[in-house]
Amino acid sequence: MGGVFSERSGVFNIGLEGMMLFGALAAVMGSHYLGGPWMGLLGAMLVGGAIGLLLAYVSVGLGANQIVSGVGINLLALGMTTFVARMVLRPAGVEQVPAFQIVAVPYLARVPLLGPVVFTQTPLVFITLLLAPALALFLFTTPWGLAVRATGELPRAADTAGIHVSLVRYFGVIASGVLAGMGGAFLSLGQLNLFSENMTAGRGFIALAAVIFGKWHPLGALGASFLFGAAEALQLFIQTYNLGIPYQLPTMLPYVLALVVLGGFVGRSVAPAAAGVHYGREDR
Amino acid sequence: MNGRALAGRLLPVWAVLVALLLGMVPVGLAGVNPAAAYEEILRGALADVYGFATTLVKTTPLLFAGLGIAVALRAGLVNIGAEGQIYMGGLAAAVVGLSVHGLPSVVHVPLALLAAGAAGGVWALVPALLKVGRGVSEVITTLLMNYVAIYLVSFLAGGPLMEPGAPYPYSRPLDAAAQLPVIIPATDAHAGILLALALAGFLHLIFGYTAVGFRVRMAGANPAAAAYAGVRVHATLVAAMVASGALAGLGGASEVMGLKHRLFDAFSPGYGYDAIIVAFLGAGQPLAVVATAFFFGALRSGADTMQRSLGVPVAIVFAIQGLTVLFLAASLALQGRLLRWARGWPQVAATLPAAVATGVTDPERR
Amino acid sequence: MEGITKRFGPVLANDRVTLAVRRGTVHALLGENGAGKTTLMNILFGLHAPDEGRVLLRGRPVEIRSTREAIRRRIGMIHQQFTLVPPLTVAENIVLGLPPRRGVFLDLRRVEREIESLSRAYGLDVDPRLPVWALPVGMQQRVEILKALYRRADLLILDEPTSVLTPAESEALFAIIRRLVAEGHSVVFISHKLEEVMRISDTITVLRHGRVVDTVRTADTTPAELARMMVGRDVVLRLFKGPPRAGGPALEVDDLHAVGDRGLPALRGVTFTVARGEILGIAGVDGNGQAELAEVIAGLRRPTAGRIRIDGRDVATPAGRRAVADRLAYIPADRGRFGVILDFTIAENLALKAFHRPPFSRGPVLDRSRIIDHARALAERFDIRMNSVLQPVRQLSGGNQQKVVLAREMSGEPVLIVAVQPSRGLDVGASEYVLRTILEQRDRGAGVLYISMELDEVLGLSDRVAVLYGGEIMGIVRPGDARLEDISLMMAGSLRTAQTAAPAQ
Repeated sequence: MGGVFSERSGVFNIGLEGMMLFGALAAVMGSHYLGGPWMGLLGAMLVGGAIGLLLAYVSVGLGANQIVSGVGINLLALGMTTFVARMVLRPAGVEQVPAFQIVAVPYLARVPLLGPVVFTQTPLVFITLLLAPALALFLFTTPWGLAVRATGELPRAADTAGIHVSLVRYFGVIASGVLAGMGGAFLSLGQLNLFSENMTAGRGFIALAAVIFGKWHPLGALGASFLFGAAEALQLFIQTYNLGIPYQLPTMLPYVLALVVLGGFVGRSVAPAAAGVHYGREDR
Repeated sequence: MNGRALAGRLLPVWAVLVALLLGMVPVGLAGVNPAAAYEEILRGALADVYGFATTLVKTTPLLFAGLGIAVALRAGLVNIGAEGQIYMGGLAAAVVGLSVHGLPSVVHVPLALLAAGAAGGVWALVPALLKVGRGVSEVITTLLMNYVAIYLVSFLAGGPLMEPGAPYPYSRPLDAAAQLPVIIPATDAHAGILLALALAGFLHLIFGYTAVGFRVRMAGANPAAAAYAGVRVHATLVAAMVASGALAGLGGASEVMGLKHRLFDAFSPGYGYDAIIVAFLGAGQPLAVVATAFFFGALRSGADTMQRSLGVPVAIVFAIQGLTVLFLAASLALQGRLLRWARGWPQVAATLPAAVATGVTDPERR
Repeated sequence: MEGITKRFGPVLANDRVTLAVRRGTVHALLGENGAGKTTLMNILFGLHAPDEGRVLLRGRPVEIRSTREAIRRRIGMIHQQFTLVPPLTVAENIVLGLPPRRGVFLDLRRVEREIESLSRAYGLDVDPRLPVWALPVGMQQRVEILKALYRRADLLILDEPTSVLTPAESEALFAIIRRLVAEGHSVVFISHKLEEVMRISDTITVLRHGRVVDTVRTADTTPAELARMMVGRDVVLRLFKGPPRAGGPALEVDDLHAVGDRGLPALRGVTFTVARGEILGIAGVDGNGQAELAEVIAGLRRPTAGRIRIDGRDVATPAGRRAVADRLAYIPADRGRFGVILDFTIAENLALKAFHRPPFSRGPVLDRSRIIDHARALAERFDIRMNSVLQPVRQLSGGNQQKVVLAREMSGEPVLIVAVQPSRGLDVGASEYVLRTILEQRDRGAGVLYISMELDEVLGLSDRVAVLYGGEIMGIVRPGDARLEDISLMMAGSLRTAQTAAPAQ
């Protein structure tokens, strides 16, 4: 969803991985030092947003190459989070922290089959499931969402309509940072209750693929993420039960499909047309 | 060269120095003397034989992939797929090394390298064709190809090629004739670095002194003018991409044939992504890429020593590298702005197509 | 608008322009390209601030500092380049940038209904639910008009609206304009086309070189009078030009057809010949096929029908093109795009076409010292002001960049020179240099196809002039013989004359 936002406003956020990682760490620290997983989530969102601001400043404000800046953020994140984890948390004895507990939604949790699976999860999962349609609603039925979409397709048109292109892009990137931070918080506080080095393990990049596969739509991203998650679960399942099928096969499939999706569109590409292209005053 | 020109040329150095300075802060806060930490890094990377060997080892894949990405950059293309191309190259080299026996090294090694280059090149061909044919951004396609490659290798290293009874996925050892010789005795440093350096020199000559290199630069800087001047732009772009992939593929081969002597699952810890930075820091100039690759390799190698002796985690070096990148990217962009206002500033990134230095290239803009 | 003056650097775009638009009328702004029409209206729309003068709306002086403000004051402008976002629907485009209708939501359904009723009221016939990319150009323009109306614009400014329309679509547009006026709106119609202006307007103000020539009531004037006002008896080029010594054909174009970027036909059966040693000028207002003609001849665009022969050689095939590459020189209108590679050095640019051949190359290897020496010699000969041949071309002034293009293209002693607006954006000195160079080449025996929107230049420099309108040649005349009025009528598409097909002997 973060990737969708950012790219819809015209910025390739390769730094999602780094923002997730920062978020994961911030969540753990927030939970420990500020009292509980919800504070951890808040911390993750704030830190993720701050890193988003950094990326926005460098790539939108200064006009630096978005890819390079994003990769820089990832390196910075890996470095700083590992460093802090080892030099601050470990000496302070911070290991396991209060995390999110599984919650059962009243009534719905007792629905046969779906109940125990979908409606008995940590709160973050529910938030995610609700956030996707909310963001879709925002993007497609509010004037600000419209402004975001216009900025990513034809900044000149948005500019003429009185929309502040840079501001919208800042917003898009910061929002993607906040969301990525939340994703990181899920990793450290939603599934586990600790931070481990490089715990995102490339998920930020998988998210980029999910954006493409989901055709830059929040609900599409949800579906695509579900697909990627299912592939990962299937992979674990095959490994655990030694089924004799190469487990990499289902994992590879979503990427191949995404490539097919991209290649199948002639001329009128599905990606936001102005994604990755800097728009400055001289472009008016 | 006047003072300003010199200052401009040294921009990457400024960026690095500032990042190093900032890096001192967390080190100091963690209770370690920053100066001592940097001393350890330097010592570890260069002062003793083992450290230097490690530096070479870590530099090699970065250099190969960095050169590959640099070639693409000169053509105005951003190749994020070096990681996948490294994997495919390593895979191809391993296949040749595992299935062919009885050939002398002089034949076996080039054969494996050729296969690796071809594999990497083919892996870059798909995004290249999608770009010139359908206008799809190579940023996205190369990224996706990475995953397919990583999982493919994972499957093969853990399945058909796997060493029987291995505790985790790796292949049987390569035929001895397919392995790269060690150049510093009793260390890991292997001949891969020599090949990479040779290629860097070769590319330097190509871009500076040949018509082919001139064509690639034209296509990257201004495809319309290039087309008018008779350059077959689409063909040139595809060729550049394929060469880019081939070089990265050689990087993978070098790891497999020189360092590990086997195909390991996940044998590249993100070299392909780090190489993006290496290539950009070197402004796409092959000889500068040697310097930046070496810088990164040295930092990583020295960081190991620093961690061993002072207990400062290696990770701080990643952070410093990240900061360097951000500063450099920002300064390149700022410099672009300055150029518009003040004539007379030379362009440090004159070797990079302006569109790549600031924004990602877009098919429409061509 | 009273006494409006606007400068862009050394260029005086508007010079004490006074304009009065009466409510409920169509007021046309007529003039050639570069006359200052668009600049004047951009000032009204808040895109620029005037250096001198003032604007009065409904009798009261106002200062319009932004487009937002202009829109608030009920002024709407439809530019030549549309500002519609292709993947979004009509409704979304119209409502872009406006506050929400219902709480925080766009309420597209209500907006769609409003658009539909507005559309019906003005006879615009637009379906608000369609995405913009699916609409033909004429309908997209109507969406732009709806955009302005939706923001309750009183005064509508249309900048060259028919330049992108087919004749049928233009008719429909006129009907809409009449409807707008009937509903009480005021319209400013910017155009260079005489006939249209005569048909649709109530009042006409003619601009030339930034100054008002006159303002007349349409009913009181004639096309001929307008033509004279537009073109005037202006400064004829003070260049000495001897008679042409025409030789064999440098360029033969036969029934050439081509399609433009938007898919509309740009060249419709163009036929002419340029002899060696003569200058054939192509006059006409921008957008009538000049760019496409140049591109087709230079090999950058493929024609859909017809033949082109350069120095007797058919260039339809790649082999043909390669054979004449040395004999063809192209001075493009957009030098930053086709003429030079801005980030490359002067030396590299001067060797742009010939780098792969001796003496610049020995086999695959470039001979850099040769390239540099050659560059130095050329720079000397063509008086390129620079610090060193190793400077990036980007750092040169416009005039010097053009000299680089000239130096490279002319130094090979070409047989055919295609020059498109070669003096655009250059100061007087550089301009003169360029034109003088072209004359020299013609005296040397090259054939020159000179395409320019500056009529004075074309008339002053050419031995024969062909007028291009709507992709067709309206007539080929000799500048000395033809009446200026006839030429402008041809430029406006109202007149066809016999073609002086034979090159001057």
